[in-house]
Amino acid sequence: MDNTILTVDDLHLTMQGKKILRGVKMDIWAGHIHAIIGPNGAGKSTLVSAIMGLPGYKPEQGKICFLNKNITNLPVFERAQRGLTLAWQEPARYEGLSVEKFILAGAKDKCRKQAEEVLEIVGLESNKYLNRAIDKTLSGGERKRIELASIIAMEPKLILLDEPDSGIDIDALQKIFSLLQSLKQKNITIVVITHSLSVLNQADHAFLMCCGKVLDKGNVDRIASYFKNKCIPCNHDRLVVLSSEAVT
Amino acid sequence: MGKSDVVLELLKSLGVNVDPIFSDDVARIQVHENKVVGLHLVPGLHVHADEIKDGIEAEISIERGKRIDKPIHICFGILPEEGLQKVKLHIYAQEESKAMILAHCTFPNARQVKHIMDADIEIGPNAHYAYFERHVHGPHGGVSVIPNAKVHVQEGAEFSTEFELIKGSAGNIEFQYEVNAEAQSKTEMTARISGTDNDDIRLHETVHLLGEYSKGVIVSHIALKHHARAEVENTLVAHAPFSRGHVDCKEIVVGNAQAKAIPIVLVKNPTAHVTHEAAIGSVDAKQLVTLMAHGLNEEEATDLIIEGLLSKKQNWQSVIKEVE
Repeated sequence: MDNTILTVDDLHLTMQGKKILRGVKMDIWAGHIHAIIGPNGAGKSTLVSAIMGLPGYKPEQGKICFLNKNITNLPVFERAQRGLTLAWQEPARYEGLSVEKFILAGAKDKCRKQAEEVLEIVGLESNKYLNRAIDKTLSGGERKRIELASIIAMEPKLILLDEPDSGIDIDALQKIFSLLQSLKQKNITIVVITHSLSVLNQADHAFLMCCGKVLDKGNVDRIASYFKNKCIPCNHDRLVVLSSEAVT
Repeated sequence: MGKSDVVLELLKSLGVNVDPIFSDDVARIQVHENKVVGLHLVPGLHVHADEIKDGIEAEISIERGKRIDKPIHICFGILPEEGLQKVKLHIYAQEESKAMILAHCTFPNARQVKHIMDADIEIGPNAHYAYFERHVHGPHGGVSVIPNAKVHVQEGAEFSTEFELIKGSAGNIEFQYEVNAEAQSKTEMTARISGTDNDDIRLHETVHLLGEYSKGVIVSHIALKHHARAEVENTLVAHAPFSRGHVDCKEIVVGNAQAKAIPIVLVKNPTAHVTHEAAIGSVDAKQLVTLMAHGLNEEEATDLIIEGLLSKKQNWQSVIKEVE
């Protein structure tokens, strides 16, 4: 397929002397939902942090291309300005910063109506939330939905979602699933990290990561079944995929 | 320049909407240097002001049981580049009265200006008294602001004060407030200050929870850039049974600025409970990268985080929105 929006090529990354990514290769197709699954410590979060260019996640080898441009050495905000963004597993809290200001900070259209609309999209009543501060008075789930709202307002081309289901109740999760599908309808590409089969089922394609590598990729059902049935605890007290069937 | 022109010039420097301030149901006291240049009272409010050398001395009293709905507007200012303004205030909110004061202090052209305020404030039983003070300084940093207040909050009364200096250069600030709080009373003191260049900010606030079930909160949020310095010493002493208190000091430091926070909590009764939190440091890394992942560069993201830290409390929003 030639509609690749993001390419990760032979990415290696070491943190505090420990090799975390060991030659990750990945093609992400525009307008599709891609899931990355794998055991804890596989390198999933490190990979999306490196793709986003977060401080401390500079690869020592390899290349990241977004929209056919090499972005490997670009700072975070320049990647974001090109249409790439990240929603965290545990969103930040801000003393005194209002939901409205947070949403509009990176929004394409910086009017209050835009902030109201995106809050409604994530299932939060705008009149109750716009003037609230993003601080400890909001639950983790509320902050997560506010972060998603802010990302929708950015109108990005590709969203990296780190475990969107953590800290979210079942009702809210259904809203997030609907949201993922509606973003896809708008040709926005999504890469989601998850441990959850229900989140995985929202995806069109899946990648299986372990030990800092992509071990398999392709059909979601096949990857899910593989992960569920064939990953076994290894000698290092963690899950590892049977290497005989791995695809790198 | 006539008195009314001076008033307009002071208000213009603040960027406020003068219409609501000049409506008949809004009390106002406007002071330029050592002259009362504007005074309008409403029923239940009594003001007696005398000019003294380099300033004014004023007695402000709210009648017993009287509730003044609209905020009383006070404006202190010095328009020239140099000057000294001493303000002595004696404020008495009598029993079961209620009033809110919105004070603006403006020194828009200051190069060598000193503003000294000495206040004694008596909040009668079950009275509610709230005081919001906004400072607007010019860019030169030539202002010394020295407010000193002693406050007595009687049984069942509520006292809240908020000091804001986020526009212009703070200059030198030496802030000293001491509150004695009686039974069932509530005290809340907040300071939000932005320091830049060589500003020097010193806050010393103390609340003594003297009466049973009294409550006190001291909040200081400060952002410092360049070579600014700040020292915050907030003290909360719980003397009485079942008294409750909290001290919150947050300071963001950017560049070569320096901050020091000394929260002191002292509990003298085993049924009392006092907590504190203090955080000083550079901008939180996760907050910063989240905003950068939204397309803001580091400086824009830092400014937005600081803006949040220094934003006003929700309960003042509607009052201030009316005049600004």
